[in-house]
Amino acid sequence: MWLIMTSLAAIITTAIWYIKAPEDKYKLGLLSLIFWGATLMWFVDHVMAYLMEGGEFFEINLDATLLGLSVIILALLVWEIVLLVSDPKGVLKRIKR
Amino acid sequence: MACFLVPMGEAIVTSVVQKVVENREKKVGEERTKKTGFSWSRRLSWLNKLLWGGTILLALEHIWHGEVVPWPPFLTAMNNPADVAPMLHEMATVGVAMAITVTVVWAIMVMIAELKAKATPEAKGSPVSGGA
Repeated sequence: MWLIMTSLAAIITTAIWYIKAPEDKYKLGLLSLIFWGATLMWFVDHVMAYLMEGGEFFEINLDATLLGLSVIILALLVWEIVLLVSDPKGVLKRIKR
Repeated sequence: MACFLVPMGEAIVTSVVQKVVENREKKVGEERTKKTGFSWSRRLSWLNKLLWGGTILLALEHIWHGEVVPWPPFLTAMNNPADVAPMLHEMATVGVAMAITVTVVWAIMVMIAELKAKATPEAKGSPVSGGA
C-alpha cells in the first residue's frame, strides 16, 4: 500500500512542479525527487520479493496504509525543513528584524 | 532487513563527489560547465536527491517493521548470528538492485534533459553552447 501511496504522491508533486516550472521557488523538484527515489526503491523491493518469495504484490491493510501516510508525512516534513532553512521568500529574515 | 544501506552508501559517495565537482566548477568557471545548460554538480544533485529521499523513507519503513532500532547494534538482524547471512544476502541482491535502478533512471533522466536542452533554440544560439 505504501508503494501505491508514494507513487501517487510522486506523480502529483511532479505534475505540480511541471505546472510551476521552470520556476522552482518552493523546491517542489526536491519533493518529487524524494518521492520518486522511494518509489523506485520500493518497486524494486516489491518485484524482487514477489519473484523470490511469491505471495501478494501489494500489501493492502490498515498497517500498510498507516505506513504509507507516515512516509508521506516524513517526506513533507523533510521538504518543509529544507524550505524553511533556505527561506526562498525571506520570511524568516524579515521576522528576525 | 537492511537493503536501504546500499543506496545510502552510494548517496554518501555521490554527495562527496558532488561537492568536489561543485568546487572544481567554481574554479573553472561556469562557462565551460554550462555547455548544454546543465552543470555536472546539478546533474549529481538530482541523483543525490533520489538516493537520499529513498533512503530516508525506506529507513522509516524499516523502523516501522522493527528491522532498525535506535540502540546498538541498530539492525535487529545483528542480534541473531543466524540472521546476519540472510541480511547480507538481501543487501547484495535487493539493495544493489535498488541502487542500480535509481542510477539507471537518473542516467536516462540526464540523457533526456541534455537532448531537450540541446534541441531548444536558446541552447543552440547561446554563445556558451555554440562556441568552440
